[in-house]
Amino acid sequence: MNLTLKIWRQKNANAKGKMVDYQISNVSPDMSFLEMLDVLNTELIEKGEEPVSFDHDCREGICGSCSLYINGEAHGPDRLVTTCQLHMRKFKDGDTIYIEPWRAKAFPVIKDLIVDRSAFDRVQHAGGFISVNTSGNTQDANAIPIEKANADKAFDAATCIGCGACVASCKNSSAMLFVSAKVSQFALLPQGQVEATDRVMNMVNQMDAEGFGNCTNTGACEVECPKGISLENIARMNREYLKASFKG
Amino acid sequence: MSGILNSSIGRKFAMALSALFLMVFLLQHFAINILSVFSENAFNEASHFMGTFWAVQFILQPILILGIIFHFTMGIILEIQNRKARKVSYAKNNGSANSSWMSRNMIWTGLIIEGFLVVHMANIWWHEMMVKYIDPQPVDATRYYEELVEHFQSPVIVGIYVVAFVFLALHLMHGFNSAFQSIGANNKYTKALKGISKVYSIGIPAGFVFIALYHHFAH
Repeated sequence: MNLTLKIWRQKNANAKGKMVDYQISNVSPDMSFLEMLDVLNTELIEKGEEPVSFDHDCREGICGSCSLYINGEAHGPDRLVTTCQLHMRKFKDGDTIYIEPWRAKAFPVIKDLIVDRSAFDRVQHAGGFISVNTSGNTQDANAIPIEKANADKAFDAATCIGCGACVASCKNSSAMLFVSAKVSQFALLPQGQVEATDRVMNMVNQMDAEGFGNCTNTGACEVECPKGISLENIARMNREYLKASFKG
Repeated sequence: MSGILNSSIGRKFAMALSALFLMVFLLQHFAINILSVFSENAFNEASHFMGTFWAVQFILQPILILGIIFHFTMGIILEIQNRKARKVSYAKNNGSANSSWMSRNMIWTGLIIEGFLVVHMANIWWHEMMVKYIDPQPVDATRYYEELVEHFQSPVIVGIYVVAFVFLALHLMHGFNSAFQSIGANNKYTKALKGISKVYSIGIPAGFVFIALYHHFAH
């Protein structure tokens, strides 16, 4: 396949970026999207040009490192996949592909297609944990009976890899799908009950402080989430937050 | 509880509650208006009751006006905040791939409805305030039907009605379910709720349009 790539290039966080056109030929339909970018970067390096910077790590769809807003959608046109799992067979010969970084005030661009997602880390630090003494005599979690339906929902929520596609896809740059997944995975389990009030209050407050927008329930986040995190989690977080607010 | 309106979830909850209140009002408004198609007397009686009962006039009416102002103002505030949350727009954004047009354009459909409300209040509500409180006229419990029929004789008014209620339907097609999601009601009843949402969001505005067209052509 021969493709035209329109890629956001930005030298550093303070520089003014712009879309730059690149032609790439002989792209195999079996390549992953990131492999295609690897080929482009090899060509750029051979020509003495600066390669395109982009995030990646495991390339197995589980680390949440890769991002990219491809042709107007987070992780591209495929569903339930990260960019590293997106294959070039999803595109046609002669296509023009727009490749942009996640756009959100809370995710500033560091360079080219790489954004700073540490806002998510700070939200997690605010309450996305349970305080357990792990000195060696901790009770085996499997010894606590948990309803199957709740265990399944908690596990589904826990599959969130924190990639930020929800924020990128949301017209309001809202982080509610991410935060609600992190709240839900504990809210559904007995281990999460002790700190439930503080957790949801602190995580939502931190989310707001980071400058993410408000959720207007468009559902774009759920559609674009590579892990299929459900909007049910946002409704659950709303309930948890209101419950915590009334508790004081 | 302090400062709940300063949090994103608190604001969303308040928006949803005001929306649910306005949807109940709209249903009640429709229930009275549709009477005009079936019975002049029934419509006059219901309108007279609503127009003279103290609790409706001095408790529910102010709450309704405050509810409309709150929903409108909060909608604008949230829209401004949300726009600030993304300083640089995408060069290419395929919003239709993952969300409905209605969900992405609530601010615009809302503003059009608000514009209609200004015209509606100036035409109907202000007239009521005039004859009841500002320049009191002798009480006439049978005037409502005639006034309604006269109102809908104007093709311009009927045209504005039709356009406004199309946008109201578009607003409700997202807003109805969204309000329930915001108050945390996403559960085994959500599927049934989506069905009710479709009936309500299309049926009620279509009913209002029918009433306007009926009186325009029947008299």
